[in-house]
Amino acid sequence: MDVAPPLHRSLGLTDEEFDAITTRLGREPNRAELAMFSVMWSEHCSYKSSKAHLRTLPTEGPQVLVGPGEDAGVVDLGDGLACVFKMESHSHPSAIEPYQGAATGVGGIVRDVLSMGARPAALLDPLRFGPLDADGGARNRWLFGGVVAGIGGYGNCIGVPTVGGEVKFAPAHSANPTVNVMCLGFARADELLRGRTGSDGDALILIGAGTGRDGIGGVSVLASATLEEDVLASRPSVQIGDPFMEKLLIEACLELRDAGLLAGLKDLGGAGLTCAVSETAAGAGLGAHLDLGAVPTREPGMEPFEILISESQERMLAVVRPDRVPDVERVCARWGLAASRVGTLRRGQGLRVTSAGNLLADVPPPALADEGPEYHRPASRPDWLDALREDDPIRRPPPASLEEAFLAVLGSPNVASKRWAFEQYDQLVQGQTLVPPGGDAAVIRLEGTLKAVAVASDGNGRYGFLDPYLGGAHAVAEAARNVACTGARPLAITNCLNFGNPERPEVMWQFAETIRGIGDTCRTLGTPVTGGNVSFYNESGGSAIWPTPVVGMLGLLEDYRLRLGIGFPDADLLVYLLGATRAELGGSQYAETVLGMVSGPPPALDLDAEGRLIDLLVRAAGADLLASAHDCSEGGLAIAVAEAAIAGDVGVRIGSGSTGNHVALFSESASRALVTAWPGRERELQRVAEQMGVPFERVGITGGPSIEFEGLFGVSVQDALVVYEGAIPSLMSARATDRG
Amino acid sequence: MTVRVGVVTFPGSLDDRDALRAVATMGAEPVSIWHGDRDLGGVDAVILPGGFSYGDHLRAGAIARFARVMDAVRAFAHDGGPVLGVCNGFQVLCEAGLLPGALIRNRSLSFVCRWVNLRTENPSGNFTNWPDGEVIQIPIKHGEGQFVADESTLDRLERGGQVALRYCSPSGGVDDGFNPNGAARNIAGIRNQRGNVVGLMPHPEHAVDPDLGPTGGQAVLEWLIASAHARQPEHAVSAR
Repeated sequence: MDVAPPLHRSLGLTDEEFDAITTRLGREPNRAELAMFSVMWSEHCSYKSSKAHLRTLPTEGPQVLVGPGEDAGVVDLGDGLACVFKMESHSHPSAIEPYQGAATGVGGIVRDVLSMGARPAALLDPLRFGPLDADGGARNRWLFGGVVAGIGGYGNCIGVPTVGGEVKFAPAHSANPTVNVMCLGFARADELLRGRTGSDGDALILIGAGTGRDGIGGVSVLASATLEEDVLASRPSVQIGDPFMEKLLIEACLELRDAGLLAGLKDLGGAGLTCAVSETAAGAGLGAHLDLGAVPTREPGMEPFEILISESQERMLAVVRPDRVPDVERVCARWGLAASRVGTLRRGQGLRVTSAGNLLADVPPPALADEGPEYHRPASRPDWLDALREDDPIRRPPPASLEEAFLAVLGSPNVASKRWAFEQYDQLVQGQTLVPPGGDAAVIRLEGTLKAVAVASDGNGRYGFLDPYLGGAHAVAEAARNVACTGARPLAITNCLNFGNPERPEVMWQFAETIRGIGDTCRTLGTPVTGGNVSFYNESGGSAIWPTPVVGMLGLLEDYRLRLGIGFPDADLLVYLLGATRAELGGSQYAETVLGMVSGPPPALDLDAEGRLIDLLVRAAGADLLASAHDCSEGGLAIAVAEAAIAGDVGVRIGSGSTGNHVALFSESASRALVTAWPGRERELQRVAEQMGVPFERVGITGGPSIEFEGLFGVSVQDALVVYEGAIPSLMSARATDRG
Repeated sequence: MTVRVGVVTFPGSLDDRDALRAVATMGAEPVSIWHGDRDLGGVDAVILPGGFSYGDHLRAGAIARFARVMDAVRAFAHDGGPVLGVCNGFQVLCEAGLLPGALIRNRSLSFVCRWVNLRTENPSGNFTNWPDGEVIQIPIKHGEGQFVADESTLDRLERGGQVALRYCSPSGGVDDGFNPNGAARNIAGIRNQRGNVVGLMPHPEHAVDPDLGPTGGQAVLEWLIASAHARQPEHAVSAR
């Protein structure tokens, strides 16, 4: 005879966790309380497998105004201005329903930034999918197309430009696409809000959408378990987005902030009302009364536990002094939004949940918000790694045709233009986008000032797969380099750490190594971690995604007029390669595309050399020595040269000395940048590079109609453009015949 | 006297603040107008900005035309006041019957954000301050920008010189290869018979600041401001 499993197990709690809750409460939790613990103690909300490792990351610096622990990190931009930014994952919902999964990911990250009191100013979307052309390509095309449409469908409707992100393809992401979303916003430092504030007697006002049955258990059912065969049965756990409501919410909350009506503001995202109220109360060191009867619901007959953990979108919780409640209601009404007083902060009690006068739950807020379990899970290096790293592509013979290899790498979906995706995004609204998608980093102006921020996201899956320490380290280094290539000084990072099942020791080892790599690099480069998100359980049938740390780097340009683009701006400019090239093809795009290998050791990373290169880029840009700068990484020098020529629509001649063979062309040695110097400033650039200890080489000169590698081959800029721009549209055109 | 240009904010308007900023950049005085207002506060010109008013529920622009402020906008337009509808604002003008035709989903079925070349049209020269035959660059960003109308309406628009902008090649040639959304006859913008109401899919407010790219939008805003200036009382008197 089948016996139904105990309720706590079906909610995703272990027997040990159930016992811990019973001990903490001094009694067994009731049904509603169990539901609240199940979401707050989920992997997604409690970081129970990751927090021991996350604690080792550097989080402090003079530029950090708010570090990890709030809804989003905040960095000082000087002159009383602040940038709020955060990245998180929405991979699990997107695997099930790509449009709504990605759309609600955008909505959630925007509310995280809004809840700090900042106007959301830009979005970036780092995405990973399976190959578009191989077996299973139809499903990957459906996921890629749906996710991009969802990002656009939501982001374009809320007036926040999408300015960047990356898209990569690898078989390890076929079953589990990775959908990360990043938002940044601006505020004056003195108008920032905190979620975790409030005083005894403050009203808790729920603003925005009604609470429905969508997204029940999103964090515990979806985000904290692996996706298996019955994946479509999870569809009711995917939330449905309403961007129009979100736009009203943004404007109403900013008006409330400007009018000084808010003591605090909190996003309702994962774990819904339970998370927002318990974190607000715990942060204030208070208890709270929450009346579920006052929560507007979308349908009658909702169970109390459903109201408590619903992840219905487009809702915010405002903490308001009692005498300001009518003013708050008036502002919300003007924007056509419901504002419901659902509770009150109270000293000397727990979080007491009632409905129609009945007490449904009584829990100490810190037990939910701060006292979740912490696991030190076993970690071990996988035994398959050595053989994989031994098989170094550097030992393979050169390709039969360098020109064919070049065109193959240029047209590989990882390298090729992502215009197909970013043209579906509004990149321009708010009128501050100085560098739109397609460059090394997006550059956004701060209205009314000369300042701008540069922002980039990076993460190389192959490197992480072959060496997770280097995967983490390179993600930080490349993001910093990308930001510095615009002339901006890298300031701080957010991240999203996408991994498999942490209960498997090899996944835990990958995670721990990645964190070590991120930590070491952030410490050396002086870019602390201000927050982020961990997404585990990205695996199916025991097969995990590549370890995929994605780093979102924020940098500051003091004078946006000195910003740099990647494209050659003119003919007759001298081209320099900054940094040293070594014989490194392990994990390279060349090896994957041309040799069909993802193996060997990834490029070494000398953190001090990286720091010197970044300093040189920032200093040379600030002194107006450079005409362009482009990170030299995936695809090596050959691809960096091609992208700079295509972006500027200016040809180039690269001398034979620097590019004698396929290794020089395609090596992905780190800490390099391809730059051009303004005429007459070359000597000064060389002097500064020597002084700062950055190796450099004059590799060529711009001009002419083609990309010439002297003595090897030449390709017209127009032909290169066709390959570069045509690859993804051509693959996605197969969608027309894909079966729906 | 400085021209005052009102920009209407509907729930879901997105480019309203950008339009206000562009008006200031062009030297006029920006005035914010709320969708629930009964009057236009005495402005000299009106912009209905881009965005997704009322979430594009039912159809783009279908609900905004019932907003309280639209009675005042209609009266202002009938009185000859200059009105510019951009993107969603163009859709609202069509729904409100102030311009003919309609805007349907792009031929590609996808939202598209890109800079495009546009040929300005004013063949008879009847519409003061609108250039003819110039190629300007302005970005588009829309999912429903395919202009459609029946053939007789299209012919009437052509005859009356009511096509204001057409998608074109960098040298001004009009062919389907440069049509980003499938619009009938490459039409990117039209005007009413009198020429005081103009609707465009491209976003001139995003093409006035040289830091951000080409400045093709200046010509459009210059038309709006000059048209408003010509209607100001002291100007009207001196013109007599």
